[in-house]
Amino acid sequence: MPIEIPKDKWPGSIRAITIGATATDGGTRSKSITVGGGKTMPYLQFEAPTPNKPVIAIEIKSRKPTDWSPLLAEVWGEAMADPAQWAKKAEEAGADIIVLALTVEDTAEDVVTVVKSVLGATGLPLIVWGPGQAEKDNELLVPISEATKGEKLVLGICEDKNYRTIVATAMANGHLVQSRAPMDVNLSKQLNILISDMGMPKDRILMDPTTGALGYGMEYGYSVMERLRLAALQGDAMTQFPMIVTPGFEAWKTKESKVGEGVPEAWGNWKNRAINWETLTAMSLVESGADIVVLRHPESVKRVKEAINELMVAA
Amino acid sequence: MALSGIQIYKMLPQTNCKECGFPTCLAFAMKLAAKQVELGSCPYVSEESKKQLAESAAPPIRLITLKADGTEVKVGNEVVMFRHEKTFYNKPGLFLRVKASDPDIAKKVATADAYKVNYVGMDFTINGYAIEADGDLPTAVKAVRSATKRPLILIGNDPAVLDSSLSLLTGETTLIYAADSSNYEALADVAKKHKAALVVKGDSLDSLADLTQKVQAKGVEDMVLDLGGKNLSEWLTRSTQARRLALKSNFKPLGYPTIFFAAQNGTDKEAVYAAQAIAKYAGFVVIDTFAPEMIYPLLVLRENIYTDPQKPIQVQPGIYEINSPKPESPVLVTTNFSITYFAVANEVEGSGLPAWLVVTDAEGMSVLTAWAAGKFDAERIAKAIKGFDVASKVSKKRIVLPGHVAVLSGELEEELPDWEIRVGPREAVDLPAFMKQVLN
Ligand code: B12
Ligand code: SF4
Repeated sequence: MPIEIPKDKWPGSIRAITIGATATDGGTRSKSITVGGGKTMPYLQFEAPTPNKPVIAIEIKSRKPTDWSPLLAEVWGEAMADPAQWAKKAEEAGADIIVLALTVEDTAEDVVTVVKSVLGATGLPLIVWGPGQAEKDNELLVPISEATKGEKLVLGICEDKNYRTIVATAMANGHLVQSRAPMDVNLSKQLNILISDMGMPKDRILMDPTTGALGYGMEYGYSVMERLRLAALQGDAMTQFPMIVTPGFEAWKTKESKVGEGVPEAWGNWKNRAINWETLTAMSLVESGADIVVLRHPESVKRVKEAINELMVAA
Repeated sequence: MALSGIQIYKMLPQTNCKECGFPTCLAFAMKLAAKQVELGSCPYVSEESKKQLAESAAPPIRLITLKADGTEVKVGNEVVMFRHEKTFYNKPGLFLRVKASDPDIAKKVATADAYKVNYVGMDFTINGYAIEADGDLPTAVKAVRSATKRPLILIGNDPAVLDSSLSLLTGETTLIYAADSSNYEALADVAKKHKAALVVKGDSLDSLADLTQKVQAKGVEDMVLDLGGKNLSEWLTRSTQARRLALKSNFKPLGYPTIFFAAQNGTDKEAVYAAQAIAKYAGFVVIDTFAPEMIYPLLVLRENIYTDPQKPIQVQPGIYEINSPKPESPVLVTTNFSITYFAVANEVEGSGLPAWLVVTDAEGMSVLTAWAAGKFDAERIAKAIKGFDVASKVSKKRIVLPGHVAVLSGELEEELPDWEIRVGPREAVDLPAFMKQVLN
């Protein structure tokens, strides 16, 4: 007698959202990327197919970072001093999207040039993050937004204390926004409501639930993501946005990834450990519903990509 | 599935004789449903009711315990699909596969067995070894037993060889891998004889369920499932389906923990495969590579996924002495979230520099989380400094704050006017340098 497999039937689904505009849509990207659209908990393809593959973004900086792990400096080399070249290398390393993170030292004039050079160097869709200080974010993101009208960039990072200016400029220039709340279902919903109340179309919001690294609070983000996904499937419109998370940023902050000497022998080989740290943080978040994972090391990109491809195979 | 008080009441004698110590059978039934009393307290329950009640009380996923000389591994007994619904209880056992044909098997196991890694004050190790019978199994079992006291999995299909190998492991509970439709009768006999647990293997959940029932009919209760997924997608699907059937449909034939071989598609994918298995319900995860740089993150992942979401891991608030501090040593302030405490304590300890570490009661939250939640502010820090009477221990009244909460220094100066308040670096890694260069 065949077993009857219990299947969940959900009233809701995740929105499918497209990032980047090609020439036919008024942009210059050689391709656009669509994420989201899921109708089940992650990869439960016996209930419904997973319509869009989660993608990998590689994070590059507008200026050569001084505080990044030497392991990252080793792989990216000279390119770290030139965002255009870095973006190109990131594309070669398998990125589906580029994240360009600006710094507090940047000025409104430089960043427009930098963004243009990155857009010129690669045909991939682009996400641009401000340095994370409200005033500076606004000062840098507004001119970028205007200078790239119609490209369907993602601008971020919107947080409860600073979202209005970013949302307004993204709305006016046809871009998307990244909406981040600190690991809390209700706070995520709240910010998404505030952003859509400003008139931002719902197909132009990506949700960032915040994440921690493996060993440093990852499990909180993991569970918040599962809960957000469940809420979305149950039909809560304000949680039905694809999720973007930053395991690369978090994992490369940890001592396990940053430090090679004077650590316990039981931590093993530094480079492999650091890559495992980033890969396993990312992998856990992919399993809990991430649609975009932002990574830093090409080897992690390769491994997470392979894993995603396997998860996409219909079982 | 658990029965309600009323359902249980219907199975009791309903005579209200009070011998159980309760005024009525209903009162007793309610207590039983709440698991506050044992069924044995009623002398008059029928055999039939006893059986039914025992079945309903059995956990939906059977608890399997592997035992060796003083060590054990418990898996199963899980109750939820998602950790936020309650918690995941029994961490999957991480086993290292070794080969009987390997002349260095004892040495390999001894090296792996000495492995120990500390994460926020807890020591983690590998939990046991899986011996592949590609050489003389009894000889390998003896060699491995000489090198470890941890539980074993024996991988083989010759019942006679398994029988003689298990005879070397009396008093232990070992796991045999694996019974399929062609050999289950013989392997079930061996498992029964040696009180071993038995892995049952099938290509589909249907064939697996069929087989576990047959094995059970042979008298073996302790089973583990090999769901046979060939890639991440297949395994996720089967693992989810088996768990749902057990938890949601109370489907007993699949109500067992699972085993997963992480290196089945090559060692390149081993870490990622093991990670999915840990997050997605595996009972035993078998790895082929002894690589600390992979094992450490996997053990941390397992701890994270199996941490009770309702209880952050905490340390006791108080004043901690690091490297035998003297009165002139600096006073460092942090919170009582375990991850935070150990990040700081390990760093300072490793540097050899003496310090007083004051751990405030921040309800188990990290520095910034506690600050954002109002659980780590000037008032609380001042209260800790006074409450633990730090002034009586030091000659130099100087406090170092975490760099992330530099904003607190002004208020803290007001709360503690006779103390010097210094702002330390943001990350603990930079503390030793700060202590050497800035404080002295
Ligand atoms: C995990 C997490 C949580 C978990 C809690 C985990 C816990 N038990 O603390 C949960 C999900 C519950 C949570 C909740 C909240 N969180 Co929270 N959370 C995080 C997260 C992701 C990681 C924190 C962590 O564990 N870090 C690891 C530990 C080890 O770091 P740490 O304690 O800071 O210690 C380091 C340093 O400070 C230093 N250090 C520590 N002590 C000392 C001492 C000295 C002397 C020195 C020199 C250095 C030093 O060394 C350590 C290692 O380098 C961060 C974001 C992030 N990725 O960092 C947000 C974050 C801390 N949370 C934040 C917020 C706002 C909240 C909430 C208020 C949101 C809400 N309203 O729900 C709540 C508050 C809690 C509540 N009301 O219940 C914000 C804080 C923003 C701010 N700057 O004010 C953050 C930064 C996220 C963000 N970017 O918005 N959070
Ligand atoms: S001992 Fe049994 S029969 Fe007597 S009151 Fe208690 S439950 Fe009822």
